Amino acid sequence: MSVTVQIPTPLRRFTGDHGEVQVEGATVGEAMQDLTRRHPALQRHLYGDDGALRTFVNIFLNDDDVRHLQREGTPVASGDTLSIIPSIAGGAGGAPGASALQTAREIDELPELSPAEFRHYSRHLIMPEVGTAGQRRLKAAKVLTIGAGGLGSPLGLYLAAAGVGTLGMVDFDVVDESNLHRQVLFGRSSVGRPKIQAATERLRDLNPHIKVVPHEVRLDSSNALELFRDYDIVVDGTDNFPTRYLVNDACVLLGKPNVYGSIFRFEGQVSIFWGARGPCYRCLFPEPPPPGLVPSCAEGGVLGVLPGIIGSLQANEVIKLIVGVGDPLIGRLVLFDALKMKFRELKLRKDPNCPVCSDHPTQTSLIDYDQFCGIDPHAETVEEAFEISAPQLKAWRDEGRPLTVLDVRNPPEWEIGRLEGSTLIPLHELQDRLGELDPASTIVSLCHTGMRSARATSFLRQMGFSRAINLAGGINAWSIQVDPSVPRY
Amino acid sequence: MFTLEITPSDRQAAEEHAAASYPEECCGFLIGRFNVATELTAVVRVLPVSNERQESRHNRYLISPETVLAANKEARALGLDVVGYYHSHPDHPARPSEFDRDHAWPGLSYVIVSVEGGKVADTRSWRLSDDRERFEEEAIQQAIDPAAEPATPLVPSGIQKEAV
Repeated sequence: MSVTVQIPTPLRRFTGDHGEVQVEGATVGEAMQDLTRRHPALQRHLYGDDGALRTFVNIFLNDDDVRHLQREGTPVASGDTLSIIPSIAGGAGGAPGASALQTAREIDELPELSPAEFRHYSRHLIMPEVGTAGQRRLKAAKVLTIGAGGLGSPLGLYLAAAGVGTLGMVDFDVVDESNLHRQVLFGRSSVGRPKIQAATERLRDLNPHIKVVPHEVRLDSSNALELFRDYDIVVDGTDNFPTRYLVNDACVLLGKPNVYGSIFRFEGQVSIFWGARGPCYRCLFPEPPPPGLVPSCAEGGVLGVLPGIIGSLQANEVIKLIVGVGDPLIGRLVLFDALKMKFRELKLRKDPNCPVCSDHPTQTSLIDYDQFCGIDPHAETVEEAFEISAPQLKAWRDEGRPLTVLDVRNPPEWEIGRLEGSTLIPLHELQDRLGELDPASTIVSLCHTGMRSARATSFLRQMGFSRAINLAGGINAWSIQVDPSVPRY
Repeated sequence: MFTLEITPSDRQAAEEHAAASYPEECCGFLIGRFNVATELTAVVRVLPVSNERQESRHNRYLISPETVLAANKEARALGLDVVGYYHSHPDHPARPSEFDRDHAWPGLSYVIVSVEGGKVADTRSWRLSDDRERFEEEAIQQAIDPAAEPATPLVPSGIQKEAV
């Protein structure tokens, strides 16, 4: 069959300036083969080293893309016309993906992989979206995770396993038994040890090819900028508002992406806050909630698997940013509901008046975030005179003093264990149920560790219950010092 | 030495397209004439098109073959050719990537507009070597705007050499 091939203008130099070439063949593939036999210089521009048609080169048989026919096996008839049409593709950065990071390095500046690393990452390397270039980007990347807890566990494990070359972790806490239902970085042997030590050992064991950098410090306004400066991406795995605003503001000031996640009970949120590219956390939440309104995990509880899900989503976004594949979660907030098993997505807008990330910021340095969040370090405690220790309460009860023991915890906590004869009014119901209490009696409030009951005691005193007292250390102290048959949790 | 000649208004059109598309990549066609003897590519008009990538639009662009066919037709109707393409690199230098090299042909101008934080930082033009080994930069020089000087649209007189 004699077929006409139309040559695109830029390639006519390789066909002796002919815009059309007559070739022979029974199929598209054969006709194209004949074309490159006649004009060998075309070969490398149409076919890759593997002998396959380059992905951006399309062949049209008359008016149809042969991909929608039988590709190169499509039969041709005499008089048919084949056209070579490029699809135009390209983009920043090296194949297969360009890092979205501003510190994106050129491909030849990236660190090489060792034979052991090729083995470790083989399942990444065989995917064209990651490939050797993507894996080398991961190796070059420096990621700092804030917190080695519920979110920090999957983050640390997956980012280390994926080969993030420098993985920093900030934490100053100690592993507690109550961490183990969700903080899968740790085992029973870690209980009582500093988290940062146990985490570092675990991650080094998981992947000896990376550098794990422990930062055993309490993150605050005095050290955040210096700490973040050396990293490409900061991942927020914190559980409190002052640190969340601190992480956000420091990232905006340094122009770094903040991969955010938060969890509460059965729900979680994920986004990437990156002031240089989109909204920041303050564009979404300009003001923190009043202290005490949103309970912490210690107070409100959390489904153990939830941080595993949310932290893994954060790790996914971190890896995408580094490798440069997919759509990063910038300007979008994903909400996850574990009970309904539903993901929702909200579009976020940059606030043109944002105090930190807008074009005219009113705040250009870090501030006191405890104060910003309305947290007075002394506000949560009541005066010592209004506190009572667990053994003292035991003595009072033994003496038969008339007193009301007010338990301000939530009903599931009450189910775990309680003081005999105590009254249950959860803290958030207290305001509405004051009528159930006698203002003249001595009221000893208790909770899990003494924080919520301190708020209850302050509130009761304001409301005229002049004999309200707080049980220091909560029911935990009672269990340790008085009655071990009441379970600790 | 290869040279790309473009009017300030056409260059501005491409750069404004790049800035407006930030943080995603934009793309479009350069339509004009290529003079083999002088190695001069004269851009007569730019044709912005939409980025047909569904994902990774911050660092990838795609123009489908159907759109290429349409642009070719439009160029032919003007007695011109598609002489190259432009695209943007958000927060990335105006240098071709490995990915760009894998997806290019020689004989065309590849203009890259670097956009940093939404503002145009740099515009450069590149041509793929015949052995596909590397991109070589070509000079961009300013053509006289036909709107300002309708009589001499393509004459490279009084040109101002761009620092590239």
